[in-house]
Amino acid sequence: MAQSAATISTGQSRQRGQYRRSLGAIWLEFLGSMNLAITLLVVVSIASVIGTVLPQNNPYSEYLIQFGPFWFEVFRLLNLYDVYSAWWFLAILGFLVLSTGVCVSRHIPGVWREITRYRTHVREKSLLALSQHRRWRTSVDAESVEAVAETALQGYGFRTRREARGDTVVVAGMKGGATRIGYVLTHVAVVVIALGALADGNINLKLRELMGDLAVETRDLPVSQVPAASWLGPESGSFRGNVTIPEESNSGVVFLQVRDGYVVQQLPFEIYVEDFRIDHYPNGMPSSYESDLVIHDPALEEPIRQTISVNHPLTHRGHTIYQASFTDGGTALDLTGHLLDGSGQTMPIAGRVFENLRLQLGGLQRTMEIDDFQLFNVDRDPRAVERTGSRDEFRNVGPSFNFTMRDEAGQAREFHTYMAPVEIDDRWYYLHGMRESASEPFRYLHIPADANASMETFMAFHAALHDRARVERAARRAADVLLAQMGVANPELGARVADTANDMIATLVEGGFGAVNAQLEARVAGSNRPEMLLEFSRSVLQRTMFEIYREQLAARQGVELSMVQTDADQRAFFEEAMNAVSAVAEYGSPIIFEIDHFNHREATGLQITRAPGKNVVYAGSAVLVLGIFLLFYVSHRRIWAMVTPREDGGSDLLMAGINQRRPEEFEAEFADLAEAVENQLGVTGDMPGRRRKDASDSAGPTEQTD
Amino acid sequence: MVASREDMLREIRRPSLWQRLTVADWAWAALVVLATAGTYWVLWGVMNVYEVVITFFTAATMIGLGWHWHASRWYMAIVCLASLFAITRYPELAAAQSDFFLKYLLSSQSAIMWMSALFPAATVVYGVALFTGNDFAGRVASKLTWIAAGAGLVGLLVRWHETHLYAGGIGYIPVSNLYEVFVLFAVMTALIYLYYENAQRTRSMGFFVLLIISASIGFLLWYHFDRGAYQIEPLVPALNSYWMKIHVPTNFVGYGCFAIAAMLGVAYLIRARVSDDSPWAERLPTLKQIDEVSYRAIALGFAFFTVATILGALWAAEAWGAYWSWDPKETWALIVWLNYAAWLHLRYTKGLRGKPMAWWAIIGLFVTTFAFLGVNMFLSGLHSYGEL
Ligand code: HEM
Repeated sequence: MAQSAATISTGQSRQRGQYRRSLGAIWLEFLGSMNLAITLLVVVSIASVIGTVLPQNNPYSEYLIQFGPFWFEVFRLLNLYDVYSAWWFLAILGFLVLSTGVCVSRHIPGVWREITRYRTHVREKSLLALSQHRRWRTSVDAESVEAVAETALQGYGFRTRREARGDTVVVAGMKGGATRIGYVLTHVAVVVIALGALADGNINLKLRELMGDLAVETRDLPVSQVPAASWLGPESGSFRGNVTIPEESNSGVVFLQVRDGYVVQQLPFEIYVEDFRIDHYPNGMPSSYESDLVIHDPALEEPIRQTISVNHPLTHRGHTIYQASFTDGGTALDLTGHLLDGSGQTMPIAGRVFENLRLQLGGLQRTMEIDDFQLFNVDRDPRAVERTGSRDEFRNVGPSFNFTMRDEAGQAREFHTYMAPVEIDDRWYYLHGMRESASEPFRYLHIPADANASMETFMAFHAALHDRARVERAARRAADVLLAQMGVANPELGARVADTANDMIATLVEGGFGAVNAQLEARVAGSNRPEMLLEFSRSVLQRTMFEIYREQLAARQGVELSMVQTDADQRAFFEEAMNAVSAVAEYGSPIIFEIDHFNHREATGLQITRAPGKNVVYAGSAVLVLGIFLLFYVSHRRIWAMVTPREDGGSDLLMAGINQRRPEEFEAEFADLAEAVENQLGVTGDMPGRRRKDASDSAGPTEQTD
Repeated sequence: MVASREDMLREIRRPSLWQRLTVADWAWAALVVLATAGTYWVLWGVMNVYEVVITFFTAATMIGLGWHWHASRWYMAIVCLASLFAITRYPELAAAQSDFFLKYLLSSQSAIMWMSALFPAATVVYGVALFTGNDFAGRVASKLTWIAAGAGLVGLLVRWHETHLYAGGIGYIPVSNLYEVFVLFAVMTALIYLYYENAQRTRSMGFFVLLIISASIGFLLWYHFDRGAYQIEPLVPALNSYWMKIHVPTNFVGYGCFAIAAMLGVAYLIRARVSDDSPWAERLPTLKQIDEVSYRAIALGFAFFTVATILGALWAAEAWGAYWSWDPKETWALIVWLNYAAWLHLRYTKGLRGKPMAWWAIIGLFVTTFAFLGVNMFLSGLHSYGEL
């Protein structure tokens, strides 16, 4: 479409070229050439793809595993792990920008001529060659015709310039030159944006590294121990770094990631984190992250207090502080550990999240790593479904924490323990999750909560099962009761039954019901009525445990064992307790925890940036948008009126116009204008412009209008 | 012949925009102003300053659009009325099942389903119009397209209301996940196309453009039924920003334009094969028309895509702390942008027309599609919201 800017300029350079063609000129020609521009645009696009398919700035170890030593090295040399600051990538970008700059600067003179010159020195021939032209033969004198034409042009918003050649007068009008300015703005903006972005890149960091006065630290050290060589002073250029600050503590530095390491950037102020909050949607998804910050700056007599959140950063001294992430800040936990070895012992344990504890449990050595803490756990409320049929009512089942337990062999298991009992089908349980590896889901041990919502009753019951003497007595009673029911009275049979019961329980607490069944099957094999025997043994086992449970009740209520009556609730508890006992055998930890108390402490993850070039980039962007819209939606139009007086006192009028970007609209505009002129002159002229409707618009011959 | 130059000027002067406005234009403006005033009156309490500003510019845009493109007035008016009506039927979410109008017509789900039915229908009818050269079919086709686009937009607006009916006020503008933006894409593309159909006074391009819309509908349906993507989920905090209200729609003007240009590229390649004397010659759009509209579309797309990318940068600066982080989505936006810049230059310099440009536009759509879909599907990054 819009030929002229380029044609003019290339025309220019061609002419210049004919005289002297210095090497510099050739270079400029090349740099400013459109083909180069297009090539570069494409090359940059393709180069940019790399960094999107190859994850950037991962730990180098991952790349090594991914590509193997050879390619890892090759890619490292090509800087593919951080393409966008690779010298070669920056070079191409720079080349594009340079080319743009050269191009626009070379066009500016041409553009200037385009929008300032009226081109009054046109020849009739070239006007007739334009797709839009009309001529009139009038009886009106030249002055008036000229006046009409000029007024018409001005009436249509053209700026006009009049020039007389002999007795012929040319009135040249033009408008919409802004599109050319749009072209300049667009390209200048590209350059400006690039420069601004360059200022915000990590160039200065790279330079300092090259010059060797900056060393990238790759070890994971506390700040205090990071060697001075890896420190950057405050106010040193642009940067973008991260720092994690626990609640009620502060930091005066951020860490800048460089390849597989980091450097420490000092801040000209200290950031103190008062509090970090997460607000939640009813379904437990976080709805906002907020940090209450206090900025202590020697330059301020009064510290700044402000709350930041995602999308609402704080800017101070050209540093902008963003809410980027969060983690646990070392929540303190007071736990009670119940040993599961039957000793019934409990031990208080105090620890913090991310802390490693060595535990001496009876004869066992364990290391316990406290991994995480959840202030609450929200899940779909199962009751809501039958209550209101709604699927999106939620309930909070309270805090929980995760830990990993390692035995002497280093074998690890992960655990997930809830603080409060959870209601399932109108019964309450303490949930203790366990899994062998992070890949599988937690399997939960359900420990029934007793009348006063604690694990005590169950723990006591579980411990009692290890007490041989008690089991002995209970088994004995159980045997008597059952045999009595069957009407058999045989003391030494009772004794035998009691023994079986005894080691069935031993097996149960070791291996769970599975093991017990296996044992029984083995035992009753060969006998003549196995089913009946199995049946009998099982009821003995059950009855024995029930007896133990009753003893507990008796003890608690302080009544005679014979007086103890159990209600449905207690029987349900007993059922659950039995299953739990069996499940505990597979829990895989010699100790099981209760959370007595916790002191929740979070840490906020801040991203801090300093981008001096930012405003330049924004300004450039504004110009870019302005430029592009001018470029696309204003079109440069010229209309000439050529008036030639005749001997008979009348005069001939020739009007012709050209426009590249919007031929159809221009055609209409030209027609209206011509009509207006006609009405004024009261004559009709021939209008080739109308007949040659479908003349290809690109045929607007620019050359001869010069 | 008039004596004084002033009178002459007065007679000749081209009427200014204001003079050219008709009563209907003013009526339209008044209507929009009233509606906007009403909106402020009802919602003032809950609007933040950005929303106030955005609403203002939305109104301005609607007035301008209505003046520039008369057909769009009916569209805007009817869509707004339908949405308002739907909202009045919506005391709480359950109404979507109980209320007749909502259940079968106006709840976001049924409205979007209507859209999903009507666009393919329109495609077929445009096809018939193209192959039979039947003008009536053509008119029906564009009516269908209008209605489908209307249904889609109503669907989105009503969904906006629905998000606010959810427990705990998770209300958000429904252009924040892949499902919603696909609806937006279909609507945008259809409207932009209808604009050019009206400007060029030819329906012969409809079939080609509607093909791509139907394709996106196909994806939408798969996404709906296979993934239950229509579920309304709360926003992640980073998306909870007024920027989204402008960034995303602007972006989709761009995508829509590029999609149209690509399909016109296809049309071009086909038209270039038929000889001018064959009956197809006058049923298909002329090469000149295709070339013209492709250029207009890509120019418009490029302009809006530029704005969208800049808005994205501003937002990123606010949400993630850097206006540019070479995150895959950003980078692909840049790639798309550079690609069309190259297209424009190519066309401009060589005055290069025809097949190469057509091919370039078609390839351009693949690049764009990857930027819009592929990135979310295959690449991870800060933008990993609209994940499949
Ligand atoms: C990132 C780099 C660039 C961008 C984003 C860009 C953008 C644009 C755009 C959008 C147009 C309008 C196209 C049209 O009117 O159809 C344009 C036109 C143009 N560009 Fe670029 N351009 C870039 C680099 C260059 C370079 C390096 C050159 C040097 C040859 C160049 C020369 C031109 C010329 C001569 C025009 C025509 C101006 C007119 O229509 O009067 N551009 N550019």
